[in-house]
Amino acid sequence: MVGTVSSLGRRATRINHAVSEPFWVQFILITIALVFLALFLVMPLVAVFKEAFSKGIEVYFASLSEPDAWHAVKLTLLAAAISVPLNVIFGVSAAWAITKFRFHGKHALITLIDLPFAVSPVVAGLIYVLLFGAQGWFGPWLADHDLKIIFAVPGIVLATIFVTFPFVARELIPLMEEQGTSYEEASLTLGAGGWQTFWRVTVPSIKWGLLYGIILCNARAMGEFGAVSVVSGHIRGQTNTLPLHIEILYNEYQFAASFAAASILAGLALVTLVVKSFLEWQHTRDRERAARAALQEI
Amino acid sequence: MRSLRKPSVIPGFGLSLGFAAFYASLIVFIPLAALFAKAFTLTWSQFWDTVLDPQAVASYRLSLGAAFIGASINLVFGFIVAWVLVRYHFFGKKVVDALVDLPFALPTAVAGIALTTLYAPQGWIGQWLTPFNIKVAYAPLGVVVALTFIGLPFVVRTVQPVLEELEKEIEEAAASLGASRWHTFRRILLPALLPALLTGFALSFARAVGEYGSVVFISGNMPFKTEITPLLIVTKLEQYNYAGAAALAVVLLTFSFVLLLLINMLQHWSSKRAGG
Repeated sequence: MVGTVSSLGRRATRINHAVSEPFWVQFILITIALVFLALFLVMPLVAVFKEAFSKGIEVYFASLSEPDAWHAVKLTLLAAAISVPLNVIFGVSAAWAITKFRFHGKHALITLIDLPFAVSPVVAGLIYVLLFGAQGWFGPWLADHDLKIIFAVPGIVLATIFVTFPFVARELIPLMEEQGTSYEEASLTLGAGGWQTFWRVTVPSIKWGLLYGIILCNARAMGEFGAVSVVSGHIRGQTNTLPLHIEILYNEYQFAASFAAASILAGLALVTLVVKSFLEWQHTRDRERAARAALQEI
Repeated sequence: MRSLRKPSVIPGFGLSLGFAAFYASLIVFIPLAALFAKAFTLTWSQFWDTVLDPQAVASYRLSLGAAFIGASINLVFGFIVAWVLVRYHFFGKKVVDALVDLPFALPTAVAGIALTTLYAPQGWIGQWLTPFNIKVAYAPLGVVVALTFIGLPFVVRTVQPVLEELEKEIEEAAASLGASRWHTFRRILLPALLPALLTGFALSFARAVGEYGSVVFISGNMPFKTEITPLLIVTKLEQYNYAGAAALAVVLLTFSFVLLLLINMLQHWSSKRAGG
Protein backbone atom coordinates (compact mmCIF):
# COMPACT_ATOMS: atom_id res chain seq x y z
CA MET A 1 0.00 0.00 0.00
CA VAL A 2 2.75 2.45 0.88
CA GLY A 3 4.52 1.77 -2.40
CA THR A 4 1.43 2.68 -4.38
CA VAL A 5 1.29 6.18 -2.96
CA SER A 6 4.65 7.23 -4.40
CA SER A 7 3.50 6.29 -7.90
CA LEU A 8 0.95 9.06 -7.82
CA GLY A 9 3.58 11.70 -8.55
CA ARG A 10 3.80 15.26 -7.37
CA ARG A 11 0.78 15.41 -5.16
CA ALA A 12 1.58 12.08 -3.52
CA THR A 13 2.26 13.63 -0.15
CA ARG A 14 -1.22 15.07 0.04
CA ILE A 15 -3.01 11.86 -0.83
CA ASN A 16 -3.84 9.66 2.08
CA HIS A 17 -4.27 6.05 1.12
CA ALA A 18 -7.15 5.63 3.51
CA VAL A 19 -9.22 7.83 1.19
CA SER A 20 -7.87 6.52 -2.09
CA GLU A 21 -7.96 3.18 -3.85
CA PRO A 22 -5.24 0.53 -4.15
CA PHE A 23 -3.03 0.88 -7.21
CA TRP A 24 -4.56 -2.07 -9.07
CA VAL A 25 -8.07 -0.62 -8.70
CA GLN A 26 -6.85 2.72 -10.04
CA PHE A 27 -5.12 0.96 -12.92
CA ILE A 28 -8.25 -1.01 -13.86
CA LEU A 29 -10.53 2.05 -13.67
CA ILE A 30 -8.16 4.21 -15.74
CA THR A 31 -7.89 1.41 -18.32
CA ILE A 32 -11.69 1.01 -18.56
CA ALA A 33 -12.12 4.77 -18.98
CA LEU A 34 -9.44 5.04 -21.65
CA VAL A 35 -10.65 2.00 -23.61
CA PHE A 36 -14.21 3.32 -23.55
CA LEU A 37 -13.11 6.75 -24.80
CA ALA A 38 -10.79 5.25 -27.41
CA LEU A 39 -13.60 3.10 -28.75
CA PHE A 40 -16.24 5.83 -28.86
CA LEU A 41 -14.24 9.03 -29.46
CA VAL A 42 -10.78 8.40 -30.85
CA MET A 43 -11.59 5.66 -33.33
CA PRO A 44 -14.40 7.57 -35.13
CA LEU A 45 -12.12 10.58 -35.36
CA VAL A 46 -9.24 8.53 -36.79
CA ALA A 47 -11.62 6.78 -39.19
CA VAL A 48 -12.72 10.13 -40.67
CA PHE A 49 -9.17 11.16 -41.59
CA LYS A 50 -8.13 7.67 -42.69
CA GLU A 51 -11.10 7.32 -45.06
CA ALA A 52 -10.62 10.88 -46.33
CA PHE A 53 -7.10 10.05 -47.53
CA SER A 54 -7.88 6.44 -48.55
CA LYS A 55 -7.74 7.26 -52.27
CA GLY A 56 -4.69 9.47 -51.99
CA ILE A 57 -4.05 13.12 -51.46
CA GLU A 58 -4.98 14.12 -55.04
CA VAL A 59 -8.49 12.73 -54.70
CA TYR A 60 -8.74 14.48 -51.34
CA PHE A 61 -7.99 17.92 -52.74
CA ALA A 62 -9.90 17.29 -55.96
CA SER A 63 -13.07 16.46 -54.04
CA LEU A 64 -12.69 19.58 -51.92
CA SER A 65 -12.11 21.92 -54.84
CA GLU A 66 -15.12 20.88 -56.92
CA PRO A 67 -17.72 23.68 -57.26
CA ASP A 68 -20.48 21.94 -55.26
CA ALA A 69 -18.15 21.43 -52.32
CA TRP A 70 -17.07 25.08 -52.48
CA HIS A 71 -20.63 26.24 -52.61
CA ALA A 72 -21.48 24.08 -49.59
CA VAL A 73 -18.58 25.58 -47.63
CA LYS A 74 -19.68 29.12 -48.51
CA LEU A 75 -23.30 28.46 -47.56
CA THR A 76 -22.23 26.92 -44.24
CA LEU A 77 -20.10 29.98 -43.47
CA LEU A 78 -22.94 32.32 -44.47
CA ALA A 79 -25.47 30.54 -42.23
CA ALA A 80 -23.06 30.72 -39.29
CA ALA A 81 -22.15 34.35 -40.04
CA ILE A 82 -25.81 35.38 -39.77
CA SER A 83 -27.03 33.13 -36.97
CA VAL A 84 -24.11 33.45 -34.52
CA PRO A 85 -24.15 37.31 -34.26
CA LEU A 86 -27.95 37.37 -33.92
CA ASN A 87 -27.81 34.81 -31.13
CA VAL A 88 -24.99 36.77 -29.45
CA ILE A 89 -27.11 39.93 -29.39
CA PHE A 90 -30.04 37.91 -28.07
CA GLY A 91 -27.90 36.08 -25.50
CA VAL A 92 -26.43 39.30 -24.10
CA SER A 93 -29.84 41.05 -23.98
CA ALA A 94 -31.53 38.10 -22.33
CA ALA A 95 -28.73 37.64 -19.80
CA TRP A 96 -28.73 41.39 -19.01
CA ALA A 97 -32.48 41.45 -18.41
CA ILE A 98 -32.47 38.21 -16.40
CA THR A 99 -29.45 38.83 -14.20
CA LYS A 100 -29.57 42.60 -13.59
CA PHE A 101 -33.28 42.95 -12.82
CA ARG A 102 -36.00 41.21 -10.89
CA PHE A 103 -39.25 40.93 -12.77
CA HIS A 104 -42.32 38.76 -13.24
CA GLY A 105 -42.06 36.08 -15.90
CA LYS A 106 -38.32 35.63 -15.49
CA HIS A 107 -38.66 31.87 -15.10
CA ALA A 108 -40.87 31.64 -18.15
CA LEU A 109 -38.18 33.41 -20.20
CA ILE A 110 -35.46 31.07 -18.88
CA THR A 111 -37.57 28.03 -19.78
CA LEU A 112 -38.15 29.45 -23.25
CA ILE A 113 -34.40 29.88 -23.72
CA ASP A 114 -33.76 26.24 -22.76
CA LEU A 115 -36.52 24.91 -24.97
CA PRO A 116 -34.57 24.44 -28.24
CA PHE A 117 -32.20 22.05 -26.43
CA ALA A 118 -35.14 19.75 -25.75
CA VAL A 119 -36.53 19.91 -29.28
CA SER A 120 -35.44 17.28 -31.81
CA PRO A 121 -33.53 18.86 -34.74
CA VAL A 122 -36.08 17.36 -37.11
CA VAL A 123 -38.90 19.08 -35.25
CA ALA A 124 -36.90 22.33 -35.36
CA GLY A 125 -36.92 22.11 -39.16
CA LEU A 126 -40.54 20.99 -39.30
CA ILE A 127 -41.91 24.02 -37.44
CA TYR A 128 -40.55 26.38 -40.10
CA VAL A 129 -41.88 24.19 -42.91
CA LEU A 130 -45.32 24.41 -41.27
CA LEU A 131 -45.04 28.21 -41.11
CA PHE A 132 -43.36 29.08 -44.40
CA GLY A 133 -43.69 25.99 -46.63
CA ALA A 134 -45.98 25.91 -49.70
CA GLN A 135 -48.75 24.37 -47.53
CA GLY A 136 -47.82 26.48 -44.50
CA TRP A 137 -49.54 29.40 -42.79
CA PHE A 138 -47.63 32.08 -44.68
CA GLY A 139 -47.02 29.87 -47.76
CA PRO A 140 -49.63 31.43 -50.07
CA TRP A 141 -48.65 34.97 -49.06
CA LEU A 142 -44.96 34.25 -49.69
CA ALA A 143 -45.78 32.69 -53.08
CA ASP A 144 -47.80 35.78 -54.09
CA HIS A 145 -44.84 38.01 -53.28
CA ASP A 146 -42.36 35.69 -54.96
CA LEU A 147 -40.47 35.07 -51.72
CA LYS A 148 -38.90 31.73 -50.89
CA ILE A 149 -37.93 30.69 -47.37
CA ILE A 150 -38.25 26.90 -47.35
CA PHE A 151 -35.94 25.06 -49.77
CA ALA A 152 -33.89 28.27 -49.85
CA VAL A 153 -31.18 30.05 -47.87
CA PRO A 154 -33.48 31.96 -45.42
CA GLY A 155 -34.95 28.65 -44.19
CA ILE A 156 -31.49 27.25 -43.58
CA VAL A 157 -30.55 30.36 -41.61
CA LEU A 158 -33.77 30.20 -39.55
CA ALA A 159 -33.27 26.52 -38.69
CA THR A 160 -29.65 27.21 -37.73
CA ILE A 161 -30.71 30.12 -35.50
CA PHE A 162 -33.23 27.88 -33.74
CA VAL A 163 -30.83 25.06 -32.88
CA THR A 164 -28.07 27.45 -31.71
CA PHE A 165 -30.47 29.78 -29.92
CA PRO A 166 -29.67 28.88 -26.25
CA PHE A 167 -25.85 28.63 -26.38
CA VAL A 168 -24.71 32.20 -25.61
CA ALA A 169 -27.52 33.00 -23.16
CA ARG A 170 -26.99 29.71 -21.27
CA GLU A 171 -23.29 30.49 -20.88
CA LEU A 172 -23.79 34.10 -19.76
CA ILE A 173 -26.72 33.79 -17.32
CA PRO A 174 -24.92 31.83 -14.55
CA LEU A 175 -21.76 33.92 -15.03
CA MET A 176 -23.52 37.29 -14.77
CA GLU A 177 -25.73 36.01 -11.95
CA GLU A 178 -22.60 35.27 -9.95
CA GLN A 179 -21.04 38.67 -10.66
CA GLY A 180 -24.09 40.56 -9.43
CA THR A 181 -24.73 44.25 -10.10
CA SER A 182 -22.35 46.07 -7.74
CA TYR A 183 -19.71 46.98 -10.37
CA GLU A 184 -22.33 48.37 -12.74
CA GLU A 185 -23.93 50.30 -9.89
CA ALA A 186 -20.55 51.75 -8.88
CA SER A 187 -19.82 52.77 -12.46
CA LEU A 188 -23.22 54.45 -12.83
CA THR A 189 -22.88 56.29 -9.52
CA LEU A 190 -19.51 57.61 -10.68
CA GLY A 191 -21.28 59.18 -13.64
CA ALA A 192 -20.76 56.75 -16.50
CA GLY A 193 -23.60 56.30 -18.96
CA GLY A 194 -25.52 53.08 -19.51
CA TRP A 195 -23.74 52.02 -22.71
CA GLN A 196 -20.37 53.13 -21.35
CA THR A 197 -20.93 50.97 -18.29
CA PHE A 198 -21.94 48.04 -20.48
CA TRP A 199 -18.87 48.25 -22.76
CA ARG A 200 -16.29 49.22 -20.13
CA VAL A 201 -17.48 47.27 -17.09
CA THR A 202 -19.76 44.40 -18.08
CA VAL A 203 -18.19 43.23 -21.35
CA PRO A 204 -14.62 42.91 -19.99
CA SER A 205 -15.86 40.86 -17.04
CA ILE A 206 -17.84 38.41 -19.18
CA LYS A 207 -15.50 38.19 -22.19
CA TRP A 208 -14.28 34.60 -21.63
CA GLY A 209 -17.75 33.28 -21.00
CA LEU A 210 -19.03 35.16 -24.03
CA LEU A 211 -16.29 33.75 -26.29
CA TYR A 212 -16.97 30.28 -24.89
CA GLY A 213 -20.64 30.59 -25.82
CA ILE A 214 -19.75 31.91 -29.29
CA ILE A 215 -17.38 29.01 -29.95
CA LEU A 216 -19.99 26.39 -29.01
CA CYS A 217 -22.70 28.25 -30.91
CA ASN A 218 -20.51 28.42 -34.01
CA ALA A 219 -19.56 24.72 -33.90
CA ARG A 220 -23.21 23.74 -33.77
CA ALA A 221 -24.19 26.28 -36.45
CA MET A 222 -21.64 24.93 -38.92
CA GLY A 223 -22.36 21.30 -38.13
CA GLU A 224 -26.14 21.20 -37.86
CA PHE A 225 -27.64 18.43 -39.96
CA GLY A 226 -31.18 17.38 -38.97
CA ALA A 227 -32.92 20.76 -38.84
CA VAL A 228 -31.18 22.07 -41.95
CA SER A 229 -31.85 18.85 -43.82
CA VAL A 230 -35.61 19.24 -43.34
CA VAL A 231 -35.78 22.83 -44.67
CA SER A 232 -33.10 22.73 -47.35
CA GLY A 233 -34.59 20.61 -50.12
CA HIS A 234 -31.07 19.31 -50.91
CA ILE A 235 -30.59 21.31 -54.10
CA ARG A 236 -26.98 20.84 -55.16
CA GLY A 237 -24.96 23.99 -55.57
CA GLN A 238 -27.84 25.99 -54.09
CA THR A 239 -29.13 24.87 -50.71
CA ASN A 240 -26.54 22.31 -49.65
CA THR A 241 -24.55 23.04 -46.54
CA LEU A 242 -21.40 21.08 -45.80
CA PRO A 243 -23.09 18.45 -43.58
CA LEU A 244 -25.75 17.90 -46.30
CA HIS A 245 -23.03 17.69 -48.96
CA ILE A 246 -21.42 14.91 -46.90
CA GLU A 247 -24.71 13.01 -46.82
CA ILE A 248 -25.28 13.25 -50.57
CA LEU A 249 -21.79 12.04 -51.44
CA TYR A 250 -22.07 9.23 -48.89
CA ASN A 251 -25.39 8.04 -50.31
CA GLU A 252 -23.83 8.05 -53.79
CA TYR A 253 -21.07 5.77 -52.50
CA GLN A 254 -18.42 8.45 -53.07
CA PHE A 255 -16.92 7.60 -49.70
CA ALA A 256 -13.49 9.23 -50.11
CA ALA A 257 -15.06 12.54 -51.23
CA SER A 258 -17.65 12.35 -48.46
CA PHE A 259 -15.03 11.78 -45.78
CA ALA A 260 -12.85 14.52 -47.28
CA ALA A 261 -15.69 16.98 -46.66
CA ALA A 262 -16.24 15.42 -43.23
CA SER A 263 -12.56 15.91 -42.38
CA ILE A 264 -13.02 19.70 -42.67
CA LEU A 265 -15.79 19.60 -40.09
CA ALA A 266 -13.83 17.17 -37.89
CA GLY A 267 -10.92 19.64 -38.05
CA LEU A 268 -13.28 22.41 -37.02
CA ALA A 269 -14.44 20.27 -34.08
CA LEU A 270 -10.84 19.76 -32.94
CA VAL A 271 -10.08 23.49 -33.21
CA THR A 272 -13.25 24.14 -31.19
CA LEU A 273 -12.05 21.80 -28.44
CA VAL A 274 -8.62 23.45 -28.31
CA VAL A 275 -10.05 26.98 -28.15
CA LYS A 276 -12.56 25.82 -25.54
CA SER A 277 -9.82 24.40 -23.32
CA PHE A 278 -7.84 27.61 -23.75
CA LEU A 279 -10.84 29.72 -22.69
CA GLU A 280 -11.47 27.52 -19.67
CA TRP A 281 -7.84 27.92 -18.68
CA GLN A 282 -8.04 31.73 -19.07
CA HIS A 283 -11.21 31.83 -17.04
CA THR A 284 -9.73 29.86 -14.11
CA ARG A 285 -6.55 31.97 -14.25
CA ASP A 286 -8.53 35.24 -14.08
CA ARG A 287 -10.59 33.88 -11.24
CA GLU A 288 -7.55 32.76 -9.25
CA ARG A 289 -5.93 36.15 -9.84
CA ALA A 290 -9.04 37.92 -8.55
CA ALA A 291 -9.16 35.66 -5.51
CA ARG A 292 -5.50 36.38 -4.75
CA ALA A 293 -6.04 40.14 -5.16
CA ALA A 294 -9.00 39.97 -2.80
CA LEU A 295 -6.87 38.12 -0.24
CA GLN A 296 -4.11 40.73 -0.41
CA GLU A 297 -6.58 43.53 0.24
CA ILE A 298 -7.54 41.89 3.49
CA MET B 1 -43.02 47.64 -18.34
CA ARG B 2 -41.90 49.58 -15.27
CA SER B 3 -44.58 48.17 -13.03
CA LEU B 4 -43.41 44.63 -13.81
CA ARG B 5 -40.13 44.91 -11.94
CA LYS B 6 -38.52 46.02 -8.72
CA PRO B 7 -36.77 49.43 -8.95
CA SER B 8 -33.06 49.52 -9.87
CA VAL B 9 -30.50 52.13 -10.95
CA ILE B 10 -29.28 49.96 -13.82
CA PRO B 11 -30.61 51.08 -17.19
CA GLY B 12 -31.67 49.10 -20.23
CA PHE B 13 -34.43 46.97 -18.75
CA GLY B 14 -37.00 47.82 -21.41
CA LEU B 15 -34.56 47.48 -24.28
CA SER B 16 -32.93 44.21 -23.22
CA LEU B 17 -36.09 42.44 -22.09
CA GLY B 18 -38.06 43.82 -25.01
CA PHE B 19 -35.58 42.55 -27.58
CA ALA B 20 -35.06 39.20 -25.83
CA ALA B 21 -38.78 38.54 -25.52
CA PHE B 22 -39.47 39.65 -29.10
CA TYR B 23 -36.69 37.48 -30.55
CA ALA B 24 -37.57 34.45 -28.41
CA SER B 25 -41.23 34.65 -29.43
CA LEU B 26 -40.36 35.02 -33.09
CA ILE B 27 -37.83 32.18 -33.25
CA VAL B 28 -39.11 29.72 -30.66
CA PHE B 29 -42.53 30.43 -29.25
CA ILE B 30 -44.63 31.23 -32.33
CA PRO B 31 -43.20 28.40 -34.51
CA LEU B 32 -43.77 25.85 -31.72
CA ALA B 33 -47.30 27.15 -31.20
CA ALA B 34 -47.89 26.75 -34.94
CA LEU B 35 -46.80 23.11 -34.65
CA PHE B 36 -49.45 22.37 -32.03
CA ALA B 37 -52.05 24.29 -34.03
CA LYS B 38 -51.22 22.20 -37.11
CA ALA B 39 -51.35 18.89 -35.23
CA PHE B 40 -54.79 19.74 -33.90
CA THR B 41 -56.23 20.47 -37.34
CA LEU B 42 -56.65 16.68 -37.23
CA THR B 43 -59.75 15.36 -35.48
CA TRP B 44 -59.19 13.42 -32.27
CA SER B 45 -59.62 10.06 -33.96
CA GLN B 46 -57.30 11.03 -36.85
CA PHE B 47 -54.71 12.25 -34.36
CA TRP B 48 -54.81 9.01 -32.35
CA ASP B 49 -54.77 6.87 -35.49
CA THR B 50 -51.59 8.63 -36.65
CA VAL B 51 -49.93 8.57 -33.27
CA LEU B 52 -50.85 4.95 -32.39
CA ASP B 53 -50.18 3.51 -35.84
CA PRO B 54 -48.11 0.30 -35.40
CA GLN B 55 -45.20 1.74 -37.40
CA ALA B 56 -45.16 4.85 -35.17
CA VAL B 57 -45.35 2.75 -32.00
CA ALA B 58 -42.45 0.60 -33.21
CA SER B 59 -40.45 3.79 -33.78
CA TYR B 60 -41.16 5.07 -30.23
CA ARG B 61 -40.07 1.75 -28.83
CA LEU B 62 -36.78 1.93 -30.73
CA SER B 63 -36.14 5.64 -30.05
CA LEU B 64 -36.90 5.39 -26.33
CA GLY B 65 -35.37 1.93 -25.86
CA ALA B 66 -32.10 2.69 -27.65
CA ALA B 67 -31.87 6.10 -25.93
CA PHE B 68 -32.38 4.39 -22.57
CA ILE B 69 -29.71 1.77 -23.19
CA GLY B 70 -27.31 4.43 -24.54
CA ALA B 71 -27.89 6.64 -21.51
CA SER B 72 -27.36 3.64 -19.20
CA ILE B 73 -24.03 2.84 -20.86
CA ASN B 74 -23.06 6.49 -20.42
CA LEU B 75 -24.17 6.42 -16.80
CA VAL B 76 -21.76 3.60 -15.94
CA PHE B 77 -18.80 4.55 -18.12
CA GLY B 78 -19.33 8.30 -17.76
CA PHE B 79 -19.12 7.89 -13.99
CA ILE B 80 -15.86 5.94 -14.31
CA VAL B 81 -14.43 8.58 -16.68
CA ALA B 82 -15.44 11.44 -14.34
CA TRP B 83 -14.01 9.58 -11.32
CA VAL B 84 -10.71 8.87 -13.05
CA LEU B 85 -10.41 12.48 -14.30
CA VAL B 86 -11.04 13.99 -10.86
CA ARG B 87 -9.34 11.55 -8.52
CA TYR B 88 -6.36 10.02 -10.36
CA HIS B 89 -3.28 11.27 -12.15
CA PHE B 90 -2.14 9.78 -15.41
CA PHE B 91 -0.32 10.76 -18.56
CA GLY B 92 -2.39 12.77 -21.05
CA LYS B 93 -5.20 13.54 -18.62
CA LYS B 94 -5.71 17.10 -19.92
CA VAL B 95 -6.10 15.87 -23.50
CA VAL B 96 -8.56 13.18 -22.43
CA ASP B 97 -10.52 15.77 -20.46
CA ALA B 98 -10.78 18.06 -23.50
CA LEU B 99 -11.67 15.16 -25.80
CA VAL B 100 -14.74 14.23 -23.72
CA ASP B 101 -16.59 17.16 -25.32
CA LEU B 102 -15.98 15.86 -28.85
CA PRO B 103 -19.61 14.72 -29.35
CA PHE B 104 -20.72 18.31 -28.65
CA ALA B 105 -18.31 19.70 -31.23
CA LEU B 106 -18.37 17.04 -33.95
CA PRO B 107 -21.28 17.44 -36.39
CA THR B 108 -23.72 14.56 -36.10
CA ALA B 109 -23.48 13.68 -39.80
CA VAL B 110 -19.71 13.23 -39.46
CA ALA B 111 -20.19 11.06 -36.38
CA GLY B 112 -22.81 9.06 -38.26
CA ILE B 113 -20.67 8.16 -41.27
CA ALA B 114 -17.60 7.52 -39.10
CA LEU B 115 -19.44 5.13 -36.77
CA THR B 116 -21.06 3.36 -39.72
CA THR B 117 -17.66 2.79 -41.31
CA LEU B 118 -16.26 1.43 -38.04
CA TYR B 119 -19.15 -0.93 -37.32
CA ALA B 120 -19.93 -2.08 -40.88
CA PRO B 121 -19.32 -5.86 -41.30
CA GLN B 122 -15.93 -5.11 -42.92
CA GLY B 123 -15.09 -2.17 -40.63
CA TRP B 124 -12.32 -1.92 -38.01
CA ILE B 125 -14.64 -2.92 -35.17
CA GLY B 126 -17.32 -4.70 -37.19
CA GLN B 127 -14.95 -7.35 -38.55
CA TRP B 128 -14.30 -8.59 -35.00
CA LEU B 129 -18.01 -8.84 -34.26
CA THR B 130 -19.10 -10.60 -37.49
CA PRO B 131 -17.69 -14.04 -36.45
CA PHE B 132 -19.88 -13.86 -33.33
CA ASN B 133 -22.91 -13.04 -35.47
CA ILE B 134 -23.22 -9.62 -33.86
CA LYS B 135 -24.59 -7.07 -36.29
CA VAL B 136 -24.18 -3.43 -35.27
CA ALA B 137 -24.44 -1.29 -38.39
CA TYR B 138 -27.85 -1.50 -40.11
CA ALA B 139 -29.33 -3.08 -36.96
CA PRO B 140 -30.91 -1.76 -33.72
CA LEU B 141 -27.54 -2.10 -31.98
CA GLY B 142 -26.18 0.55 -34.35
CA VAL B 143 -28.79 3.00 -33.08
CA VAL B 144 -27.59 2.30 -29.53
CA VAL B 145 -23.96 2.95 -30.54
CA ALA B 146 -24.84 6.29 -32.19
CA LEU B 147 -26.96 7.41 -29.25
CA THR B 148 -24.23 6.42 -26.79
CA PHE B 149 -21.77 8.57 -28.74
CA ILE B 150 -23.88 11.71 -28.80
CA GLY B 151 -24.86 11.46 -25.12
CA LEU B 152 -21.37 10.66 -23.85
CA PRO B 153 -20.32 14.05 -22.39
CA PHE B 154 -23.42 14.64 -20.25
CA VAL B 155 -22.81 12.26 -17.33
CA VAL B 156 -19.09 13.12 -17.21
CA ARG B 157 -19.76 16.88 -17.21
CA THR B 158 -22.51 16.79 -14.57
CA VAL B 159 -20.67 14.46 -12.18
CA GLN B 160 -17.19 16.05 -12.53
CA PRO B 161 -17.89 19.38 -10.74
CA VAL B 162 -19.84 17.71 -7.93
CA LEU B 163 -17.04 15.21 -7.38
CA GLU B 164 -14.49 18.05 -7.28
CA GLU B 165 -16.49 19.90 -4.63
CA LEU B 166 -16.93 16.89 -2.33
CA GLU B 167 -15.09 17.37 0.92
CA LYS B 168 -12.39 14.80 1.49
CA GLU B 169 -12.80 15.24 5.24
CA ILE B 170 -16.01 13.22 5.20
CA GLU B 171 -14.24 10.30 3.55
CA GLU B 172 -11.35 10.65 6.01
CA ALA B 173 -13.81 10.60 8.89
CA ALA B 174 -15.46 7.47 7.50
CA ALA B 175 -12.08 5.78 7.08
CA SER B 176 -10.94 6.73 10.58
CA LEU B 177 -14.17 5.33 11.99
CA GLY B 178 -13.26 2.02 10.42
CA ALA B 179 -15.26 1.97 7.20
CA SER B 180 -13.69 0.13 4.31
CA ARG B 181 -13.10 2.02 1.07
CA TRP B 182 -15.95 0.15 -0.65
CA HIS B 183 -18.26 0.85 2.28
CA THR B 184 -17.37 4.56 2.16
CA PHE B 185 -18.04 4.60 -1.56
CA ARG B 186 -21.42 2.94 -1.25
CA ARG B 187 -22.70 4.75 1.82
CA ILE B 188 -21.14 8.20 1.44
CA LEU B 189 -19.91 8.95 -2.08
CA LEU B 190 -22.67 7.30 -4.09
CA PRO B 191 -25.58 9.00 -2.26
CA ALA B 192 -23.84 12.37 -2.60
CA LEU B 193 -23.30 11.87 -6.32
CA LEU B 194 -26.71 10.35 -7.05
CA PRO B 195 -28.54 13.57 -8.08
CA ALA B 196 -25.72 14.50 -10.47
CA LEU B 197 -25.60 10.99 -11.91
CA LEU B 198 -29.36 10.96 -12.52
CA THR B 199 -29.26 14.46 -14.04
CA GLY B 200 -26.51 13.38 -16.43
CA PHE B 201 -28.47 10.26 -17.31
CA ALA B 202 -31.64 12.26 -17.99
CA LEU B 203 -29.78 14.85 -20.12
CA SER B 204 -28.11 12.11 -22.13
CA PHE B 205 -31.46 10.34 -22.56
CA ALA B 206 -33.26 13.54 -23.61
CA ARG B 207 -30.60 14.38 -26.18
CA ALA B 208 -30.73 10.85 -27.60
CA VAL B 209 -34.53 10.66 -27.98
CA GLY B 210 -34.60 13.42 -30.59
CA GLU B 211 -31.31 12.62 -32.32
CA TYR B 212 -31.41 12.27 -36.09
CA GLY B 213 -28.13 12.98 -37.90
CA SER B 214 -25.87 10.29 -36.50
CA VAL B 215 -28.58 7.59 -36.46
CA VAL B 216 -29.83 7.77 -40.07
CA PHE B 217 -26.49 6.60 -41.44
CA ILE B 218 -25.88 3.67 -39.12
CA SER B 219 -29.44 2.36 -38.64
CA GLY B 220 -30.35 1.31 -42.19
CA ASN B 221 -33.80 2.90 -41.70
CA MET B 222 -35.99 -0.19 -42.05
CA PRO B 223 -39.61 0.44 -40.99
CA PHE B 224 -40.62 -1.49 -37.83
CA LYS B 225 -36.98 -2.51 -37.25
CA THR B 226 -34.51 0.35 -37.30
CA GLU B 227 -36.70 3.38 -37.92
CA ILE B 228 -36.49 6.05 -35.20
CA THR B 229 -39.32 8.52 -34.60
CA PRO B 230 -37.50 11.60 -36.02
CA LEU B 231 -36.93 9.65 -39.25
CA LEU B 232 -40.62 8.74 -39.44
CA ILE B 233 -41.40 12.47 -39.16
CA VAL B 234 -39.11 13.19 -42.10
CA THR B 235 -40.76 10.39 -44.11
CA LYS B 236 -44.23 11.83 -43.45
CA LEU B 237 -42.97 15.26 -44.46
CA GLU B 238 -41.58 13.91 -47.73
CA GLN B 239 -45.03 12.41 -48.44
CA TYR B 240 -46.49 15.91 -47.85
CA ASN B 241 -48.39 14.55 -44.85
CA TYR B 242 -47.82 17.73 -42.82
CA ALA B 243 -50.51 17.13 -40.19
CA GLY B 244 -49.22 13.57 -39.63
CA ALA B 245 -45.65 14.85 -39.24
CA ALA B 246 -46.88 17.51 -36.80
CA ALA B 247 -48.80 14.90 -34.76
CA LEU B 248 -45.69 12.73 -34.35
CA ALA B 249 -43.65 15.85 -33.54
CA VAL B 250 -46.13 16.62 -30.75
CA VAL B 251 -45.56 13.14 -29.30
CA LEU B 252 -41.78 13.57 -29.49
CA LEU B 253 -42.01 17.03 -27.90
CA THR B 254 -44.16 15.65 -25.10
CA PHE B 255 -41.48 13.07 -24.30
CA SER B 256 -38.88 15.85 -24.27
CA PHE B 257 -40.95 18.19 -22.08
CA VAL B 258 -41.55 15.47 -19.52
CA LEU B 259 -37.81 14.81 -19.46
CA LEU B 260 -37.03 18.53 -19.18
CA LEU B 261 -39.39 18.78 -16.21
CA LEU B 262 -37.72 15.76 -14.62
CA ILE B 263 -34.26 17.28 -15.16
CA ASN B 264 -35.35 20.56 -13.55
CA MET B 265 -36.68 18.65 -10.55
CA LEU B 266 -33.44 16.67 -10.30
CA GLN B 267 -31.35 19.83 -10.46
CA HIS B 268 -33.51 21.42 -7.78
CA TRP B 269 -33.01 18.34 -5.59
CA SER B 270 -29.30 18.39 -6.37
CA SER B 271 -28.81 22.05 -5.40
CA LYS B 272 -30.86 21.58 -2.24
CA ARG B 273 -28.58 18.68 -1.31
CA ALA B 274 -25.46 20.72 -1.99
CA GLY B 275 -26.85 23.62 0.04
CA GLY B 276 -27.90 21.48 2.99
